[in-house]
Amino acid sequence: MTQEPTIDARGLHLTFETNDGPVHALQDVNLKINKGDFVSFIGPSGCGKTTFLRCIAGLETPTSGHISVNGLTPDEARRARAYGYVFQAAGLYPWRTIGGNIRLPLEIMGFSKFEMSERVERVLELVDLTGFDKKFPWQLSGGMQQRASIARALAFDADILLMDEPFGALDEIVRDHLNEQLLQLWARTEKTIGFVTHSIPEAVYLSTKIVVMSPRPGRITDVIDSSLPKERPLEIRDSPEFISIAQRVRDGLRAGHAHV
Amino acid sequence: MKSILPVLTIIAAVLFIWTLAVVPMNMHLTADQAQRSGARVTPDTPIARKETNGFVLALKNPHLIPLTYVGKRPNLPSPHQVAVEMFDTIFGKKITSKRSLVYHGWITLAPTLLGFAIGTLLGVLLAVGIVFSRVMDKSVMPWAIVSQTIPILALAPMIIVVLGAAGIHGVLPKSVIAAYLSFFPVVVGMVKGLRSPDHMQLDLLRTYSSNNAQSFWKLRLPSSTPFLFASLKIGISASLIGTIVAELPTGAKAGFGARMLVGDQYGQPILSWAALFAAALTAAALVGIISLVERGTLCKMGMKPA
Repeated sequence: MTQEPTIDARGLHLTFETNDGPVHALQDVNLKINKGDFVSFIGPSGCGKTTFLRCIAGLETPTSGHISVNGLTPDEARRARAYGYVFQAAGLYPWRTIGGNIRLPLEIMGFSKFEMSERVERVLELVDLTGFDKKFPWQLSGGMQQRASIARALAFDADILLMDEPFGALDEIVRDHLNEQLLQLWARTEKTIGFVTHSIPEAVYLSTKIVVMSPRPGRITDVIDSSLPKERPLEIRDSPEFISIAQRVRDGLRAGHAHV
Repeated sequence: MKSILPVLTIIAAVLFIWTLAVVPMNMHLTADQAQRSGARVTPDTPIARKETNGFVLALKNPHLIPLTYVGKRPNLPSPHQVAVEMFDTIFGKKITSKRSLVYHGWITLAPTLLGFAIGTLLGVLLAVGIVFSRVMDKSVMPWAIVSQTIPILALAPMIIVVLGAAGIHGVLPKSVIAAYLSFFPVVVGMVKGLRSPDHMQLDLLRTYSSNNAQSFWKLRLPSSTPFLFASLKIGISASLIGTIVAELPTGAKAGFGARMLVGDQYGQPILSWAALFAAALTAAALVGIISLVERGTLCKMGMKPA
C-alpha cells in the first residue's frame, strides 16, 4: 500500500508582479514529502526556498499548479492546525513571559486553561527550557529564544514543522548545539519537518531529503535522499558518506548557477 | 538621581541669565522713579536716558542697580519677586480665595484633565479606525492634520461663543479646546504604534488562523503601548496649553489664563509671571505623572523601559 505524501506539490508556479516586471519566484516545482521526512531546502538567496515554504503554509498563493498538505489545501490545512511555523527571528512578544508566548497560539485556538499549562510544560521540556516559563524573552540568550519559538510552534501538536532559517542569526557553536537538539526532538516527536537553510553542512547533517534549488527562476535542481543513518552524532560530519553527500549538494548548487 | 544634576545646571544657568537681564530691562523705569524721589541720576533728563541703552545706564548709575530688583511694576520681574508672589499665592492664601494660585490652578486643571481624557479616547478610537479601515485612513488622517494647522488662538473664541450660544458653559467648552489640541498626537502615535508589528509577527498570527480582533488585542494593542505613552506626554501638555488659550481671549474670570491676562491688563507683571510659572510646573507635574505610569506599566509588561 502506498502512503499518500504529507506534502505534494505538482507543477507549482508563482510569479510576483513588481515594478521592475514579473519575478518568477517558483517555476514548475514538483515535490513529494512523506510523513516523518526531514526535508531541507537549500540554495542561494532568491531561489524560492522560503517562498515554497510559505506556499506550504498558505502564506503565499501559487499562481498555478497544485499543492496539498495532508491531502488538504494549504488554507484548510492551516485551519486544521497541520503545521507550526518557525521564523528566522524568534519573534517572541517582549510583553509576555516565555510561558505566555507559548500560550499565545493556544489562546487563539481556544484551549482550556488547564490544557494550556500542561502543554506549556511539555513543550518547554522538549526544547530543554524547563523552568523558564516565568522568564521574559530579554532574560534569555538568542539560542534559548529560538528554542522557545520552536516550543511555541510545537504547542498545538501540529504534525508538520516548517522552519525558515531558524538558526540563521545564531553563531556556529550555538547552531551546532541546536541542530543536535533538533534531531533529538525530531526523533522523539516523529514530526515531518521542512527546513530552509543556506548552510550545506546543516542541510546534510539534519536531513533525510535535501532539495537543492536555484534562482531566477526559482526551481528545484536536485533532490538528494540521504543515506546517513537516523542516529547522527556531530562527528558524522567527518565521515566519507557525509562528505560525498555535501559534495553532491555543492555540485547541485553550482549546476544551478551555470544555467544563469 | 543622575538626571537631576544636568537639570539643575540648566535651571541655574537660566536663573543667572534672568537675574542679569533684570538690570538693563528695568533700569529706565527705576531711574525715572529714583529721580522723582530726589535721587541724582545721570543723564538727568528722561529724554536723554531714553536714548541710552540699559546697560550703559546701569554702568553710569551703579547705585540704582539694587533698586531694579524691587520695583513694584517692573518690565521684567526678578526671580525672587516671582518666587515670593508664587509662595504667597500658593501657600499664603486659603485655596478657596480668588487670589490663591491653587484655586486658579484647579480651575485650569479640571478642564485640562477632562479635555485630555476626551482627546485621548477620541485619538485612540480614530487611530483604531484608521488602522483597520482604508477608507478612514484616506479620509480622516488628512483632516486630522488640517485641524492642527488652524491657529488655536483664532479658533478658541469661536468654539467658546458657539458652545455658549448652545447653552454650554463652564468646564466643557475649555475641555473641547483642550481635547482639540491633545487628540492629534495620540492619533499619530497610536497609528504608528498599531502598525508597528512587522510582517513576520503578522504572518505568525496568520499561521494560527487568528482573526482581526485577536491580532488587535494580542499583538497590535500591546505593541502600541510605548507609542501611546509618548503621545500622552505631548497630549497632556497640549491639553493644558489649550485650556489656558481658551481662558485668554474670552474674559474668563479664573484660571491660569485669566490670571496672566489680569496681570497684563492691570500692569502687574509679577502676577502674570507667577501664573506662567505655576502653569509650567503644573505641566511638568502632569508629564511626570504620566512618565511614572509609563515606567510602571512597561515594567509590569516585562519590557525594559527605553
